[in-house]
Amino acid sequence: MSRFALSRRSALALMGGAAAFGATSRLAHAAGEIKVLNWQGYGTDEKWALEMFEKKTGIKVVHDYFNSEQEMLTKLRTSPGVYDVVLMNNIYVMEAAHEGLIQALDTAKFSNFNDLTPALRDSDRFVMGGKHFAIAWVWGLTSFAYNTQKITAKPDSMNALWDPAHAGKVGWRDDALESIQIAALATGQDMNAPADIEKIKEKLKSLKSQIKTFWSSEDEWNKYMAAGDYDIAVYWSGSAARSKKAMKLPVEFVVPKEGAIGWFDGLTIANNAPNAEGAAAFINFMVDPEFYVKWDNDIGAPASSNAKANAQLPEDALNRVVLGDPEVVKRVQWMAPITDEQKQKNQELWDEVKTSFAL
Amino acid sequence: MAVSRQTRTVFALTAPAYLWLAVTVMLPLATMFYFSFLTASPLGGKEVSFTLKHYTDFFTKQIYWYNAWRSIELGLYVTALCLIIGYPAALGLAKYIKGRWREAIFLLIILPFWSNALVRTFSWTMVLREPFNILFSYPAIVVGLVHAYLPYAILTCYISLQAVDDSLIEAGRSLGATPAQAFRRITLPLSMPGILAAVFLIFVPVIGSFMEPRILGGKDAIMLGPIIEGQFITAFNWPLGAALSFTMLGMVLIILLIAAPFLKKQMAVG
Repeated sequence: MSRFALSRRSALALMGGAAAFGATSRLAHAAGEIKVLNWQGYGTDEKWALEMFEKKTGIKVVHDYFNSEQEMLTKLRTSPGVYDVVLMNNIYVMEAAHEGLIQALDTAKFSNFNDLTPALRDSDRFVMGGKHFAIAWVWGLTSFAYNTQKITAKPDSMNALWDPAHAGKVGWRDDALESIQIAALATGQDMNAPADIEKIKEKLKSLKSQIKTFWSSEDEWNKYMAAGDYDIAVYWSGSAARSKKAMKLPVEFVVPKEGAIGWFDGLTIANNAPNAEGAAAFINFMVDPEFYVKWDNDIGAPASSNAKANAQLPEDALNRVVLGDPEVVKRVQWMAPITDEQKQKNQELWDEVKTSFAL
Repeated sequence: MAVSRQTRTVFALTAPAYLWLAVTVMLPLATMFYFSFLTASPLGGKEVSFTLKHYTDFFTKQIYWYNAWRSIELGLYVTALCLIIGYPAALGLAKYIKGRWREAIFLLIILPFWSNALVRTFSWTMVLREPFNILFSYPAIVVGLVHAYLPYAILTCYISLQAVDDSLIEAGRSLGATPAQAFRRITLPLSMPGILAAVFLIFVPVIGSFMEPRILGGKDAIMLGPIIEGQFITAFNWPLGAALSFTMLGMVLIILLIAAPFLKKQMAVG
């Protein structure tokens, strides 16, 4: 079957070749290449992993990156038939599925499927009409990390970001939703439905004397932390583990007493993916303990959705000790999907806050 | 009456260029202009309808018009600094430096053009951190943008200054003008077209800039450019982003219309 599909696709590519350029790249796709859309430096582009995968399957992996989830959706909307595997935060999966940007998955193609934590795997954020549209990959928390050489007493509150002792030394991500959710947690509100939005706005405006500059990627976060621009900065748990391990930065991730923002990411296959078979093989490899344990040990990763993989981590791993602690998990508030109207309101509020910073 | 052969030739020669411009410039712009009147981006397969809301938002919501002013203010600073630094440099190149040296200096001026704008901006982050210590501030944005646009000022001023006939200046001097008078009444008016070209080439892109403010400006980065970028990239509100862009374009046109009579007078003096 697959050989027939392959030859048919090649024939199509050859037929198109006379009229359209780009046929050669389509041919290369069919011959065993997949295009992955993800954040840069987020697991799928580890060089050793791609070599391992290519050795196993003969499939070459190429990457394209996004800097925000909206950019990811924009790329899928404007370039159909280009991407195979797309990383997606859980809250965007249903939106993407409704729009026909991603395809329903045949779970039988993923040999690791049964080992995935059911709470994540079968979340209603991933399943529509009994069909899975994403394979739960990793999960983690958003709160903050601090430089252990600059701050000796371990902060235990989200309000450490507002502590005047760290004035002009705070790092922040230029993201409307994340900012509002952190301020909601710091003011003791439900981050998915904050009751007092004015209080959040004022709380964010009072960051004016705190923030040094905004970061937009893990690479930037590392650079600013290493340069001493930040003493304490909003961050993601998996990235914090990576900054500590791979970048050797003296940083510690904190799950504050007020709670942290919980997120989980899935891997999806784009609709009209040029190489859906290869995409499925790659996703299965990504949730496999063989890849995950090495990823977390050598580089630092978020917690895996594969329970077997997490159990193979060393005793002192953040993903086993902190994120594996039921007391910590109880404090987590899981991010809920939001409407376009709410998104726009958030963006306006955040633009207003940023304008007040520049006044 | 038959169209003359010359007209047909001109038409045949220019048509491809106009067609190309129409397809690559006007078509995307027209699409964006259409988007700016829709309630949502039509790409998501959602129901959309006609609205003027995005345009009224600009005037009713302080964050937009205030940041539009911030962008214009930045444009004025950068354009003025580029001319203050670039004009004397162009004058020196056109009138006082000759031969090999001129070529070498030209190469140095054009060199930054050959490197990627992002690379240039990131290299500024290193210099501005140490020893200047102004990284993540408004002056840092101005420094980065002046560096990026200075070649436009030097090159356009150079071209018009080089065309100023030296014998005119000599004639003025022989009739008793001081060097300052000769510059003010002969050289400066004759080089006005170059200055104007520099103003257009610098002011317009600077007020739409978003990359330099974001990387160099820290908390002072907010302007209309980054807000428009945010609407396209993070909020996925293309209609609002497009409406803000066209409002900005409208404002630039109004500024140029107001400035036009004054500028024409300057040219006439020349």
